[in-house]
Amino acid sequence: MVFDMYQEFILDYYRHPRNFGTLPHPDMISHDVNTSCGDEVTMQVLVKDDRIGNIRFTGKGCAICIASSSMLTEHALGKTLDEVSRFTKDDVLNLISIPISCVRLKCALLGLKVLKLGVYQFLGKKLEVQDEN
Amino acid sequence: MRLVSRFNPLDVRKDFPFFEKGLVYLDTAATAQKPKAVLESMTECYVEHNANVHRGVYALAQEATDLYEGARKRVAKFINASSGEIVFVRNATEAINLVAQSWGRANISKGDVILVTVMEHHSNIVPWQMLAKSAGASLEFVPVSKDGLLDMDAARLSLRKKPKLFAFTHVSNVLGAVNPAKELIALAHREGVPVLLDASQSVPHVRLDVGELGVDFLVFSGHKLYGPHIGVLYAKRSLLEAMEPVLGGGDMIKEVALSHSTWNDAPWKFEAGTPNVSGAVGLAAAMDYLDALGFDAIASHEKDIMDYALEGLDSLGCVAIYGPRDRVGVISFNFGDMHAHDVSSVLDESGVCVRSGHHCAQPLMGELKIPACARMSFGVYTTRSDIDRAMEALRKAKVVFGL
Ligand SMILES: Cc1ncc(COP(=O)(O)O)c(C=O)c1O
Repeated sequence: MVFDMYQEFILDYYRHPRNFGTLPHPDMISHDVNTSCGDEVTMQVLVKDDRIGNIRFTGKGCAICIASSSMLTEHALGKTLDEVSRFTKDDVLNLISIPISCVRLKCALLGLKVLKLGVYQFLGKKLEVQDEN
Repeated sequence: MRLVSRFNPLDVRKDFPFFEKGLVYLDTAATAQKPKAVLESMTECYVEHNANVHRGVYALAQEATDLYEGARKRVAKFINASSGEIVFVRNATEAINLVAQSWGRANISKGDVILVTVMEHHSNIVPWQMLAKSAGASLEFVPVSKDGLLDMDAARLSLRKKPKLFAFTHVSNVLGAVNPAKELIALAHREGVPVLLDASQSVPHVRLDVGELGVDFLVFSGHKLYGPHIGVLYAKRSLLEAMEPVLGGGDMIKEVALSHSTWNDAPWKFEAGTPNVSGAVGLAAAMDYLDALGFDAIASHEKDIMDYALEGLDSLGCVAIYGPRDRVGVISFNFGDMHAHDVSSVLDESGVCVRSGHHCAQPLMGELKIPACARMSFGVYTTRSDIDRAMEALRKAKVVFGL
């Protein structure tokens, strides 16, 4: 039922997204767009001791996209990069805990895709630096 | 073919098997549903007359060729062209690309300007960007004024600078605004500028006459005209004759030698390979169907639906509508602070199909300063009860979204 999709807390996260904004000197910035619908999300992360020290996101998208991205930032805060790099689709679906139809799955998962993109790039960069040493 | 003396939307609807599903289909501008007459003509084409065209000497092959070339004549008649000026392609997008790659490469060079408008569908922007990039030319855009119409003063100014081509849409697929095509074409011609008219969103709603318009190139898609997935490029005979083919292969040649080949005459030199015969036949059937309904009757029916829907949306009190009041085919809107996808999802739950997103018009979304919008669009089969069901679903959505 689509009406279950728009529970009050989802609309609240959409209208007042937590961790919405940017960071002054982020260690990673990642961005992606859903080409089919034009939703876009950017994530910024400050890394501290291999953990998500601080995190902000910006974006334009539907309630499902914005709410799930926002909840994901709350969930990721304080976790190790390794943990975040292993976040799955089910983690996000558990977080938002509403029934998502397959057409809207892409909306729900855009934030995850962008966050993992950033973490992967960051880890990749770090690995390269280590290799050089 | 059945003749309808008075237009009755409920009768019209019975001609479309799709509606047995019980859906409220308000996405006709994306693609229209097909009347039985179209589907039957295509089945008949496969069952009774299937052979390759322009090749065999046996009777059946001649039948298939006659059907295909007969369809070309029918399409020509529909827009008052001659059949030698009609090229069958896949869709409007391919027709624009054909003009860009053939006429464009021969006529656009370094430093030239191609004039388009901000309200174009991506298909009337990207092929010109690609051409401009390879030729060293540039694009200029006629802006949209505050009331959602093309800025005519800006168009006049840009045309005075004599761009190499003016490509614009007749009806905007977002705003529903009808551009004064005849006036714009005359303005362009006064400056010696040829014109490509994107008729994708106008040809299902108004009678087009290429002779009266005086247009150089005109494109549209069959699937938006209640027909199958085939497209049409119209070009003035002299232009087509001078143009080089873009695709090579069978059917488009006169003679092939090891060292070189010579081209077939227009329009066949642009139709390499085995063509979409059933598509052409289905499109001709769609045109018969629409002519039998009559464009005056179609226009007055669609105006009634448009006014009824605009009134309905106004009465909801939380709807922002984009574009002029006087419009054709589509209403794009946003609903309170909700994103268009959310609106479309909730409507879908009530069996109401509306499109949401940027509608392949990202530059226009930028101009309107919105990331996306929802869009309802109407056709010959849309009824007031469809609109009632959509409004009921929107009232439900208002509650769900706490608006
Ligand atoms: C104004 C306009 N031009 C061109 C097109 C492209 O049509 P097609 O995708 O069939 O080539 C569309 C389709 O949405 C349109 O609305």
